[in-house]
Amino acid sequence: MSADVELQGVSIAFGDFYAAKNVNVKIEAGEFFSFLGPSGCGKTTLLRAVSGFLEPSEGKVLIGGQNMSGIGPNKRPTSLIFQNLALFPLMSVADNIAFSLEVRGVSKQARRKRADELLDLVALNGQGDKKVHELSGGQKQRVAIARALAVEPEVLLLDEPLSALDLKLRQKMRTELRAIQQRVGITFIYITHDQGEALTMSDRVGVMNDGQLEQVGSCYEVYQAPSTPFVATFVGENNAFSGKVEKVSKGIAKVNVEGTSFSGSIGKTTVGDPHPVGVGDDVFIFVRPESLSLAKGTKAPKNKFSADIETIEFEGNLKNIYLKSSKNKSTRFSVPSVFDTSDLIPGSTIELSFSAESAIVLPSGPLALD
Amino acid sequence: MGGFFKKNGSIISTFFLIAITFWLIFLILIPQLYMLDLSFRPNLPPLLRGGPDDVYTLTHYKHFVFGSETSKDAYNYVDIGVFVDTIGTAILVTIINLCFCYPIAFYIAKLATPNATRLLILALIIPFWINELLRSFAIRILFAGEGVINNLLLEMGLLDAAVNFIALDVALYTGLTYAYILLMIFPLYNALETLDTNQLEAAKDLGSSTLRTHWRIVIPHAKAGIASGSTMVFMLTAGALATPVVLSSPNTFWFTQLIYQWFNMNDNWSRGSAYSIILLVVSVAFVLLMMRIFRVTIGEVVR
Repeated sequence: MSADVELQGVSIAFGDFYAAKNVNVKIEAGEFFSFLGPSGCGKTTLLRAVSGFLEPSEGKVLIGGQNMSGIGPNKRPTSLIFQNLALFPLMSVADNIAFSLEVRGVSKQARRKRADELLDLVALNGQGDKKVHELSGGQKQRVAIARALAVEPEVLLLDEPLSALDLKLRQKMRTELRAIQQRVGITFIYITHDQGEALTMSDRVGVMNDGQLEQVGSCYEVYQAPSTPFVATFVGENNAFSGKVEKVSKGIAKVNVEGTSFSGSIGKTTVGDPHPVGVGDDVFIFVRPESLSLAKGTKAPKNKFSADIETIEFEGNLKNIYLKSSKNKSTRFSVPSVFDTSDLIPGSTIELSFSAESAIVLPSGPLALD
Repeated sequence: MGGFFKKNGSIISTFFLIAITFWLIFLILIPQLYMLDLSFRPNLPPLLRGGPDDVYTLTHYKHFVFGSETSKDAYNYVDIGVFVDTIGTAILVTIINLCFCYPIAFYIAKLATPNATRLLILALIIPFWINELLRSFAIRILFAGEGVINNLLLEMGLLDAAVNFIALDVALYTGLTYAYILLMIFPLYNALETLDTNQLEAAKDLGSSTLRTHWRIVIPHAKAGIASGSTMVFMLTAGALATPVVLSSPNTFWFTQLIYQWFNMNDNWSRGSAYSIILLVVSVAFVLLMMRIFRVTIGEVVR
């Protein structure tokens, strides 16, 4: 069984400091939902409010349509996986997994049987008698999942559980977590600051900044159609040019960036309408590094600018070329590694262009720190 | 050794060497060996020591078990009784102490804010700047017939007549429990402080009651601290002198008082030594037995 989770106007204050401000979101039953945001944005606080370790200062948490106010973590149909996993080091793996059953007075044999079933589920067959410290990082991870699933929760809450693993294992565990979620069919709420994790696993992502939920949408939406400058710069890489709107027509805004005109599509608000951008407004025009192309040779009159190459960085699948132009402090331009870039030498000047469709214009606002 | 001298310089190295040697040899080894040796020697006047009569004998140990040769009893019921009472009371005091200190240590280690922690630790330490004897007298005043506690209870109408807390040994148990409270709290606190708070939350999230969380998670984690604190409190309580002298009822006698009598009043150092050795050996044996039962190693206790 899985349940939906609804946050209605949830604010959480510690004294004068608001860790979460008026958060409204409905997470569907059986959904894999991620809260994505930088550290300190309030996402862990929000998760603690869902699990019951914190009561919201304002607003309500509903699980399966039921108001959870006043109901403790041990009485909620949720199960939390801690960032450091919090496995019990003095118990065997099987005792860890079956602890919730021991609490409920389930007999020893039944407990062991259930633990073995769960060990099968997380591909740890026959490891029940080991001590926790005898397991590898990835195996501990799976024990934590099995232990959380033993209570048969309707909602599983995960607080950055992969952050301690190295890259390869993290990528493997992402796929595995997603597979486990689909097998057990319950709601997963995942907290992370790693956009790669959020985008690869989730059905939907909620991007948080400074206690506020900036945008909720599918992975594709938050990447392709950010509604705020923060989301545009936090999810994936983006080049931001700030300027003033000169002209608006048919969803395209012409923006004057220090004397040069650029055109870009006007972004949508969180509810899906185009932002009400007017002539003279301060805006950002965002262009992803992969949307830039070399303007060399082409006669494209629009959206063209020149910049000096500073450094070229090799990142395996991509080459990142860092540029400096008068329009922007630093611009990043990425090309697939197979491209021949031997003629791009640091110090030389190149011309770049982008299409109006690939650029997004959003009203000015805070950017993610880079 | 040469490496040590090179690394720390000759002055510091020499000082270290002297300090450690003095501690090990003069403070630990020699007094214990001297007492052990003395306990097997007859109690002779100074002139006869080293003479033909000064031979090894079990007479003092026999005295503890069978009593004096003039006694009609088969065993030394009085001394053995005092000994058993002392050990029994020390066990009881250790248990009471643990029951009191566990919640205090848990509160300080896991629940209190940093400011409250500092304040509580000060409140625990400061009274121990006062001499043990004075603290015992303070407790005697509290529990006396006309003392604060009796007056308060009479005033509140909870008592009809004053209770003789001294005769009931309530004052003694309280005094002994309080005397070594720090030696219980600090090992417990050290052990509990290292417990990951997430474990408590994880247990709660999995549906565990507070009681079960303590039984299954906290106490096993703190086991070494419990063993360490209990060992120290038991040893020191069994060997306490000042507190029993001040607080025990007229018909309660502490084994250390007996030892004191042999040394000071009866001028029989050999017998006093033998009694001391008996207390030491039995106490150590008891602690080792407990450690075996609760499966704690020496390494964990002294950590």
